[in-house]
Amino acid sequence: MTVIGWLQIILYCAIVVALTKPLGWYMTRVFNGERTFLSPVLRPIEAGIYWISGVDEKREQHWLTYTVAMLLFHVGGFLIIYGLMRLQAVLPFNPAGQSAVAEDLSFNTAISFITNTNWQNYGGESTLSYLTQMVGLTHQNFLSAATGIVLAVALIRGFARASMRTVGNFWVDVTRCTLYILLPICVVFTLFLVWQGMPQTLGDYVEATTLEGAKQTIAVGPVASQVAIKMLGTNGGGFFNANAAHPFENPTALSNFVQMLSIFALGAALTNVFGRMVGNQRQGWAILAVMGVLFIAGVAVAYWAEAQGTSTLHALGLTGGNMEGKEVRFGIVASSLFAVITTAASCGAVNAMHDSFTALGGMIPLINIELGEIIVGGVGAGMYGMLLFVILAIFVAGLMVGRTPEYVGKKIEAREVKMAMLAILILPLMILGWSAVAVVLPTGVASMANAGPHGFSEVLYAYSSQTGNNGSAFAGLTGNTPFYNLTGASAMFVGRFLMIVPAMAIAGSLAEKKSIPPSMGTFPTTGGLFVGLVVGVILIMGGLTFFPALALGPIVEQLAMNAGNVF
Amino acid sequence: MLREIRPAIVLLLALTAITGLAYPLAMTGIAGALFPVQAQGSLIEKDGKVIGSALIGQEFKDDKYFHGRPSATLAPDPNDSTKTVPAPYNAANSGGSNLGPTSKALADRLKEDVDKLRSENPNATVPVDLVTTSASGLDPNISPEAAQFQVPRVAKARNLPEDQVKQLVTASTEGRLLGLLGEPRVNVLALNLALDRMAAK
Repeated sequence: MTVIGWLQIILYCAIVVALTKPLGWYMTRVFNGERTFLSPVLRPIEAGIYWISGVDEKREQHWLTYTVAMLLFHVGGFLIIYGLMRLQAVLPFNPAGQSAVAEDLSFNTAISFITNTNWQNYGGESTLSYLTQMVGLTHQNFLSAATGIVLAVALIRGFARASMRTVGNFWVDVTRCTLYILLPICVVFTLFLVWQGMPQTLGDYVEATTLEGAKQTIAVGPVASQVAIKMLGTNGGGFFNANAAHPFENPTALSNFVQMLSIFALGAALTNVFGRMVGNQRQGWAILAVMGVLFIAGVAVAYWAEAQGTSTLHALGLTGGNMEGKEVRFGIVASSLFAVITTAASCGAVNAMHDSFTALGGMIPLINIELGEIIVGGVGAGMYGMLLFVILAIFVAGLMVGRTPEYVGKKIEAREVKMAMLAILILPLMILGWSAVAVVLPTGVASMANAGPHGFSEVLYAYSSQTGNNGSAFAGLTGNTPFYNLTGASAMFVGRFLMIVPAMAIAGSLAEKKSIPPSMGTFPTTGGLFVGLVVGVILIMGGLTFFPALALGPIVEQLAMNAGNVF
Repeated sequence: MLREIRPAIVLLLALTAITGLAYPLAMTGIAGALFPVQAQGSLIEKDGKVIGSALIGQEFKDDKYFHGRPSATLAPDPNDSTKTVPAPYNAANSGGSNLGPTSKALADRLKEDVDKLRSENPNATVPVDLVTTSASGLDPNISPEAAQFQVPRVAKARNLPEDQVKQLVTASTEGRLLGLLGEPRVNVLALNLALDRMAAK
């Protein structure tokens, strides 16, 4: 670890915190339906969309209608991606002549993109046409991100409102989020990325003759426009197989730094949106503090582990950290930091190969995902995930003092706690359940690329990543088999929607409750005690659930490595 | 609930047209006009022919060139399309080795490469980036140490004084952005082009 390395980390955190308030202010205005500086341009487009689709923007929806609208929207999104992948060979914008994608891979990929996972069982440049990348994937990058954000906003409205039966209008929220928040940032971001060296072209792959006379086919494409939303929307699905490690998908140290910022920007700002909507911004800062504590701890461990290197490297006298699977322009610190950010959020873009991380360095991304990606988290998904843990923490605090727990003026009762538990229990069910199935079936074991405990880590990571809608991988695992395509799709689907429905039920039930003013006995939820309590609940829940599995994977591998074993 | 069906179709199609077609196509047009070189992939031409991209590494095996990092990229096996074969710096199929920290295959590969480099330059420490594969398999850079390590071999193969080659490496070294972001590095293709130009003089 170096001073310059830590300075990069501190600068990163400082900018994220500095962006939280202005972005939160702007996003709150957008979701309250107020005018913004972009309204003169965008308002006519917005009104036109409502007119052709028959949406009455004044009419709000019950939580159940809101959820059904969201689900219908995703059925359509699924059909578009699946159809494009199956038919891409006969559709335009296919200069590389990509053929139709197989049924199971198309199914997995379509589920993957509507759930904001962006798990890649395909290699972008070797499988997909430009049309599929743009209309299929770029568009769903926008819409799955917008969906996550508006669901978090609906839950926040549940806390903020009193005695109301509605939580907002899904169609209005999703349209405003896309037009006023995601698109404008992406336009500027795309141009920045192209300036840094990212291609943005519909032309053919380039045929080059290298200095030594060999032929090199260089894949290009409309990369920057997709990468902008891939990062901002915490989607993470790369244009290229190597994702943000590919020099075209992350050309410079600056492009890398700004991409890291864009992963956290909207998720962190949502804590401020929460504070503003419930009428006390300190409530938002307290939640961001919980996230910050867990984040810094993760960065410290991962950075330390990667800078240490492995015993294989030490035995050969190689110093400078574990550079296997990392790019020189990012080095140890920016690779470790990126890995923690991308898994703390449910982004899943990678600028280094997590499979080649040290055992402990690779365990941090795994833990981040298994805790539910609530450390800033996926846009929206992180916020509603964190609020579920807050409900549990408040419940625990209530049990300790023997009072009905309350949070930001709302009584937390049996219904909310049951729904929160239901949502949280989905994670271990899918992650541990499918991992257990995969390691006893020959077809599951055959896909492992590494022997020994690392092979188990690959499988555990695959189901953690898909259930958590992350999308990063211990990529050695051959995921493009019918078994992994189908079980993975089920993990992604359940991990996304069975968390959303209980969260929305909580939103509906909270919105109907009366708001009670704080009294002497109210547990203050803006201080250090509250932050510590929530961190504790998260770590205990995660620890109890996943420690045994981690012990079989990364922990035993670290011990084996220290003993000098290879497999 | 039934009245949600129309927006589920029409609003989805409208937003798909905006975000999936209008946005990427408009960006392609604007970016192509503002940054024509980058938008096409930062291609380098020599005598009217494309010799590569400034951002994409390429394979160098000749002693007279500086070598990049090992690359783990693959290509479909020409004899059996269900299998793959090693194809270093395949810029149409990026990827890393994905070998873990306790992998025997990785340990064996590292040992072989370190031994080879030690015999080439016994006086210097082997830089770690010169024996580890990059994440993309297309890393255009090596560390300044990895470039300096290769100076004796390159100088000998080209009959140039070592000092002159060393100076060229130093001149080609890029530092951190604002002294803070990223890592010091040397672009291998740019260095080799500069080397060819120097040798031609």
